Amino acid sequence: MDFWMLLTVFVLACFVGYFVVWGVTPALHSPLMSVSNAISGVVVVGALIVAGNAETGAVRFLGLTAVFLASVNIFGGFAVSQRMLEMFKKKEKK
Amino acid sequence: MLISLSYLLAASFFIVSVRSLSSPKTARRGNLLGMLGMLIAIAATMLLVNDVLYTSLAILLGAAVGIFFALKVKMTSLPQMIAAFNGLGGLSAVLIALAEIIGGSQALLDNAVGLIIGAVAFSGSMIAFAKLQGLMSARAVVFPLQQFLNLILGLASVALCGFFVFSGNTELFYWLAAITILLGFLLILPIGGADMPVVISVLNSYSGWAAVGIGFSIGNTLLIIIGALVGASGAILSYIMVKAMNRSLLSVMLGGFGLENKSAAAAAGEAKTAKSGSPQDAAFIMENANKVIIVPGYGMAVAQAQHVLREMADDLHRLYGVEVKYAIHPVAGRMPGHMNVLLAEAGVPYEDVFELEDINREFATADVAYVIGANDVTNPLAKTDPASPLYGMPVLDVEKAKTVFFVKRSLNTGYSGVENPLFFADNTIMLYGDAKHVTEEIVSALEEK
Repeated sequence: MDFWMLLTVFVLACFVGYFVVWGVTPALHSPLMSVSNAISGVVVVGALIVAGNAETGAVRFLGLTAVFLASVNIFGGFAVSQRMLEMFKKKEKK
Repeated sequence: MLISLSYLLAASFFIVSVRSLSSPKTARRGNLLGMLGMLIAIAATMLLVNDVLYTSLAILLGAAVGIFFALKVKMTSLPQMIAAFNGLGGLSAVLIALAEIIGGSQALLDNAVGLIIGAVAFSGSMIAFAKLQGLMSARAVVFPLQQFLNLILGLASVALCGFFVFSGNTELFYWLAAITILLGFLLILPIGGADMPVVISVLNSYSGWAAVGIGFSIGNTLLIIIGALVGASGAILSYIMVKAMNRSLLSVMLGGFGLENKSAAAAAGEAKTAKSGSPQDAAFIMENANKVIIVPGYGMAVAQAQHVLREMADDLHRLYGVEVKYAIHPVAGRMPGHMNVLLAEAGVPYEDVFELEDINREFATADVAYVIGANDVTNPLAKTDPASPLYGMPVLDVEKAKTVFFVKRSLNTGYSGVENPLFFADNTIMLYGDAKHVTEEIVSALEEK
């Protein structure tokens, strides 16, 4: 895809991000960080393409390590978010 | 086509998942949606992968490690875990950029950008992790010519980046990686413990921008969209934190805060007297109150007093019919929203927890403000003394309550090094001691009758 197309997507995404993030309630800013941590693990997509089609051993090793690290981010991020959000369930008032 | 469609779907799910954090009611569903988005993105990408076996193994291994730590981590240690995860994300971007360049990618500038941001996010996060985890002193580490050195390294990486893009010499890329990793270490070193909410937010933002860089280099819109979302999220959180401390991002990043004021505060500490009371006095006053507002700070978390604090609030409400609310300053914890999570974990209903701007007016009608482990965020000098380093910082108006209790070990200053005149106010009673211990005594006094 050509550069200007990607740049257009990028700038529009920044606007979306700006408005969506300001809508997050301050009480959930910690889960916001861990969720964004998890979804920034989406670089795994790039890592997979590199690792899965590598022609040399070095590239393959770097790629697979990147897949591993990004996966730690993804699964760890979502799991800890879920743990936190469970705590924000409505509690019975005595 | 199938893959592009999947990426579009995944990106939409991610955006909705962040959007659903607008309320605790929708948040859990949103998180599940985010997981689904990630599943779709990975499954679709697998169609482009030849080596399915080893890549899947790498994912499973990462999943096992990630989930293990996510389930094991204590909520007080949340900031360092987020810092560590940020660092791994940054390192992942660095490795992808390296692999791309070694593999002969021609997207030189895009990969260099991904590399630089990823490297700073990686090494910066490692320092932040070490400070938060107590592996190294949380104090600001400063040495002569530090900022000059950082400037030189910064300029060197820009220059190297330029040379690399024009020459395409792979060796320069390795040098660029080494220098930017060093730069990340040095940038976070001079930043002190209480500025960590800003640092973590900034590093969070970097990990997003690094993903954008990688997205440009491989021409992947999903990475660009999500990178921008994460980048924006970190940037906005940094802005909120910086505002809440009345600092500029530049002054936080240059570091060394809190060092220069210590001597001035010590000199000013002449013979003023603060009233002190016993936990039993505090229990008596609070059980006869109509409304108590609790102001928790990081010291409460350090003392692990959140559970007994909730017991105190429950007792006041149940046994004496007192209305109890919690007031949270944006920088009460070590990361944005940290205090809310700690209270939620202790079983405090989130409807009882209020942000600064929502509750500040209520102190005037409160009988008691119970300040536990907080100091600077209540300092009225922030409103009245233009010469104070705190001046202009939004603070909780606890002095408007009829009685203010400060649970503290001593009259020492907070992180800013500025003395809090509230300690010596007529309506303030100091409760000296460990936050948990003092609150436990109040609870037993409340339950005695």
